[in-house]
Amino acid sequence: MSETETDFEQNLKNTSDAVAAFQLDDQSFLSSIRNAVRNYPTLVPALVLVVSILVFGFLAPRFLSPGVLSLVLQQVTVIGIVAIAQTLIILTAGIDLSVGAILVLSSFVMGRLAVMTGVPLPLAIAAGMAIGTLMGAFNGFLVAKVKLPPFIVTLGTLSVFTALKLWYSGSESIRNSDIEATAPALLWFGEAAARPYGASITYGGVALILLAGIFWYILQHTAWGRHVHAIGDDPEAAILSGIKTDRTLISVYAVAGLICGFAGWVAIGRVGSISPIAFEEINLATITAVVIGGTSLFGGRGSIPGSVLGALIVGVFTTGLSLAGVDDYWQMFAVGNLVLIAVALDQWLRRASQ
Amino acid sequence: MSNIIDPIQPVLKARGLMKRYGTVVAMNGADLDLYPDEVLGVIGDNGAGKTTLIRAISGATVPDHGFIELDGKTVDFRIPEDARKAGIETVYQNLALAPALSIADNMFLGRELRKPGIMGALFRKLDHKQMETFARDKLSELGLLTIQNINQTIETLSGGQRQGVAVARAAAFGSKVVIMDEPTAALGVKESRRVLDLILDVKSKGMPIILISHNMPHVFEVCDRIHIHRLGRRLCTVDPKTITMSDAVALMTGAMEPPVETATV
Amino acid sequence: MKSRIIPSTIGAIALTVLAAGAHAGSHSTAACLITKNNTNPFFVKMKEGAEAKAEAAGIALSSYAGKLDGDAGPQLVAIENCVAMGAKGILITAANDSVVPALKKARAAGILVIALDTPLSDPDAQDMTFATDNFEAGLLIGRWAKATMGAAAKDAKIGMLDINKDNISVDVQRDTGFLVGFGIEVPNLKILGSETDSRVIGHESALGNPEGGVKSVENLLAKNPDMNVVYTINEPAAEGAYQALKKAGKEKGVLIVSVDGGCPGIASVKSGVIGATSQQYPLLMASKGIEAIAAWAKDGTKPSASDGLNFFNTGVNLVTDSPVAGVPSIDSTKGTELCWG
Repeated sequence: MSETETDFEQNLKNTSDAVAAFQLDDQSFLSSIRNAVRNYPTLVPALVLVVSILVFGFLAPRFLSPGVLSLVLQQVTVIGIVAIAQTLIILTAGIDLSVGAILVLSSFVMGRLAVMTGVPLPLAIAAGMAIGTLMGAFNGFLVAKVKLPPFIVTLGTLSVFTALKLWYSGSESIRNSDIEATAPALLWFGEAAARPYGASITYGGVALILLAGIFWYILQHTAWGRHVHAIGDDPEAAILSGIKTDRTLISVYAVAGLICGFAGWVAIGRVGSISPIAFEEINLATITAVVIGGTSLFGGRGSIPGSVLGALIVGVFTTGLSLAGVDDYWQMFAVGNLVLIAVALDQWLRRASQ
Repeated sequence: MSNIIDPIQPVLKARGLMKRYGTVVAMNGADLDLYPDEVLGVIGDNGAGKTTLIRAISGATVPDHGFIELDGKTVDFRIPEDARKAGIETVYQNLALAPALSIADNMFLGRELRKPGIMGALFRKLDHKQMETFARDKLSELGLLTIQNINQTIETLSGGQRQGVAVARAAAFGSKVVIMDEPTAALGVKESRRVLDLILDVKSKGMPIILISHNMPHVFEVCDRIHIHRLGRRLCTVDPKTITMSDAVALMTGAMEPPVETATV
Repeated sequence: MKSRIIPSTIGAIALTVLAAGAHAGSHSTAACLITKNNTNPFFVKMKEGAEAKAEAAGIALSSYAGKLDGDAGPQLVAIENCVAMGAKGILITAANDSVVPALKKARAAGILVIALDTPLSDPDAQDMTFATDNFEAGLLIGRWAKATMGAAAKDAKIGMLDINKDNISVDVQRDTGFLVGFGIEVPNLKILGSETDSRVIGHESALGNPEGGVKSVENLLAKNPDMNVVYTINEPAAEGAYQALKKAGKEKGVLIVSVDGGCPGIASVKSGVIGATSQQYPLLMASKGIEAIAAWAKDGTKPSASDGLNFFNTGVNLVTDSPVAGVPSIDSTKGTELCWG
């Protein structure tokens, strides 16, 4: 004997059948804000940036001049480019503490080859970026194949790459006068591309915007980009969907290394010389920019434009507070609070899904 | 008459599957037969090895021994992709949906559509419009009405809605077999009813379904045959029209031995 | 077997004693050098000087370093290792004062503790400091800058590039020394930024590297575009400062002064990037330190301070190609002979 509907399901006959319908039923104000932020994650950092520029423009009159605003862009150019690399990695629920070391070592490879060994410049630059990619791939290999946690891996490679940097550079800088004499194109990204109304937009700043655009496109409009999100969001779902997670992870870290290598070239133009003791704080600075920009440290959600905005927000706060005559440690205080708020916001967005 | 050995060829045939995890034996010579146009229920107590069996068929687990035949030809699934390519789609117990990605993204995860021409070939551009349209169509086909926003993220959906997406995905891309692992386990009464209707819709489109479930009333309602799994192997198959639920449970838990004529090789 | 244990044990002990004796005889004294880091060429050269002198003096030198400015953790570990291995002397450039208790323990264990370059605030933490008079180094460049500006000095717009806001002694001494030398009143010589003279635009944290130098000058120019004097904590920062001024088109009208006297820095003086720099002698600090340890190990002699000071002054010279009256200096050629790195 078979049974169709059981007795307790009899009253279902009278109820609506449309349970699996996708209706936006929860219309509370807070929920609509939450949905807006979920769908347009770049909204929050964009708003924060605009508001903070206006606020500091009010508090420190010189702040709103084109010169000062373009200065902020200049100061965060290298951080912003490396933040693009860091975003890719954090989207996979990873993290990279070795980005600064990759950057400096790559710039030394370019510098030593072009300036001190007379290698033709395009070759030297390519070599520097290739070394960066290799270092990134090494990180990726340890994370994907040996299955070590990214934090531990990059903590270790930070020391390894730093030691290599010191050995390769001999702890000596490559001076500006030498670079200008033998390979001035290394300095190109520091030069002004345009000077509208007293502002100064460097080629480095242009590179940052272009690179951000390229990677925004890649993450949104290519399969690789969707896979990067999926791996960080739900690794099991990614595997079961047929995504080659190991290969994708390694490629993410390798691409990040390539970006850091490129950033090494931009950095030469920014600083004017190649120094083994520069950019030691950039690791944390990029993570700060990425988090403030709305990318979740737990992976799966975030955006490249967000990270660039995050870098700009930190720049606006530090320069704004400085011009307003506020003591330095309040800059640290402010940035720290921005990070806490950003992380709390991310948690609030996630909690709704539980 | 209970079970007659059917002269029709099974769509899916598994024999002697073995899988060990260290000292734990998850599959101990498991068999399975799935015939065309049927819903095969797979029931078994916790730890009987149902999920491992299903993962072996869907390519998520590679058995140590044994073979699987699809439409009479032996297949060797090393990764889930292999099974998908062969036409076997699976709705896993945890749904395998990425919460932060949209419905359309999840439908096409791992098999994204690219724009035609140079945009697709050179710039690798995804055809979002096409994927969204397809997703909306598939969801409508299965009667999942009023999709407000196909770009909603999975995490904004209720359990039943997510189940709907997972089922729609399997139904849309499956061509030979659809497997569903505990599709109503976390759902309420109304939503479970919906999923059962979805299962019958998929069956009516001509695809056989393997349904694993703990819910006896649901199993007895939609399944044509029931495969009882016990201690890593198939105990027997029974006809829900000729056996009671309590007897099925008794067989499943070992309280009752299968009578000779209902036991199958 | 029981009958074999006793003779083999005696044999093992005898061998160990012989081995220890032989080892102890090959190098009579063990010493430790603990620097702030291995990245700053200043400390790299200091280490080289110490190693060379130790080799010559027959001392077994172990070198340790911290990683980042202000990170004393690795140095604490190093001090403990040195005490455990029975070193006779420790040369240390302390990251900060948190190493004081460990150094006191080392002294109590009979180890000669010599602070190099950076004195510790607690006088009991070291037997002697071998250092540059960093205040004098600042004074020299301050006086030079004031004299070079002449009448314009009273309206100077000065930017100060320090290491950071932690009031590290080296940082504070050079900074305040410069200001005093320039003629600016400094109420509190123990901290940065106590002066109220409106000629000072501000203090920026350049972290002692070119990247920080660029950023600091950019920030200072944003505050006051007419800046015409830049004090820099060291020559890497000065390099960055010059780059930023060049980008702003202001490098001709701005005086840059620095401290260090490394060979790249002296080259910058020669090329006109840096107006004047105070040269210090880390190799001398290190080798004098090793000498002191050798003397202590030999007959317990402790090193003594320079006249009128509470530390041993390893000397400083103003290096400039534009000398001014009343401020003794050497030119860049002589500076190149004496330079390190």
